[in-house]
Amino acid sequence: MQYRTDIKKVKALGTAKHGFGHWWMQRLSAVLMIPLGLWFVFSLMSMENLSPDTLIQWLYNPVPALLMALWTITVVYHAALGLQVIIEDYVHKKSITLALLLLVKFAMFTMIVATFFSLFKLVS
Amino acid sequence: MAEFSLPKNSKIQKGKYIKAKGASNIKKLKVYRWDPDTGDNPRTDTYEIDTDNCGPMVLDALNKVKNEIDTTLTFRRSCREGICGSCAMNINGTNTLACTKAMKDCKGDEVAIYPLPHMDVIKDLVPDLSHFYAQYASVQPWIQTDSVPFPDTERLQSIEDRERIDGLYECILCACCQTSCPSYWWNGDRYLGPAVLLQSYRWLADSRDEYTGERLEDLEDPFKVFRCHTIMSCTNTCPKGLNPGKAIGEIKKLIAERHAL
Repeated sequence: MQYRTDIKKVKALGTAKHGFGHWWMQRLSAVLMIPLGLWFVFSLMSMENLSPDTLIQWLYNPVPALLMALWTITVVYHAALGLQVIIEDYVHKKSITLALLLLVKFAMFTMIVATFFSLFKLVS
Repeated sequence: MAEFSLPKNSKIQKGKYIKAKGASNIKKLKVYRWDPDTGDNPRTDTYEIDTDNCGPMVLDALNKVKNEIDTTLTFRRSCREGICGSCAMNINGTNTLACTKAMKDCKGDEVAIYPLPHMDVIKDLVPDLSHFYAQYASVQPWIQTDSVPFPDTERLQSIEDRERIDGLYECILCACCQTSCPSYWWNGDRYLGPAVLLQSYRWLADSRDEYTGERLEDLEDPFKVFRCHTIMSCTNTCPKGLNPGKAIGEIKKLIAERHAL
């Protein structure tokens, strides 16, 4: 049995005084994904073939390599922000929410590191 | 997890069917019924309404049921002209005011009436709105100033500044938008919801209020404001034709202005 007034429940722990950053970055990354996504698709379409050799050759050039890194990081970052919202919206068991949020962040960092590692490995 | 199906004791059962005697024009009213005193599951009772002997609005039909057919039917109503917000309910799948919804605008021969969605039900069509009212109180919906005007003078407002609260001050707090919002269904404990945020913006947009900064500071929170995912059910359902979705967008813009982008 818990006695809590409605005001007590509404005020709860108070305001976090943030939240805009997450919202803003989700939108910025979405906008950035438009030109990068178009570049990625057009680049693949304009290749003679999609063999590993052709792709590696292509990524030897600094501009495609840089844009490829930017594209991957943007996608992974945007996905992590989006998944966080979905988890906060629909998963209401505190322990599971925490575990999933940590998993998403961990996966994001892993994928960003993996991106850089792969690109360095290709050109070295 | 978010609740996508009703708990066992909330599953709706088929209720009574009450015929109208000697009526030539009939519209059926299928009404959600739940009595906390019986321990029974909720049910839907269907009443035949003789439309030749009934007022034009859904509220008139509900009053007819209460006065002439079944006095136990419980619902809130007061002004019967769309200004008090008491008779907000879900009619044929859309939250609206029973008093401004005409029976002839309800398609089909059956009108389905349920309480506002995803709220605790007190009885029949009466939802528990205490959390909503507490959320409304939490945004301090009154003018707040530091400066004191000279005695016997008004706080001046230009015609243009007054126009900035058009589309906001008309809100009657019926909670139609609030309870139509999926984000409010899943996170209503922390998300303030469209009605409360529209009311909050009403004071942010008021040229006479001096606490804009403090208000925005209090609103910026991943749950209080940023649970709005621009679904726009609120604007779609508002029986007063207001645009809570736009008001929330304006709040987000003001918060953005405070930050270095």
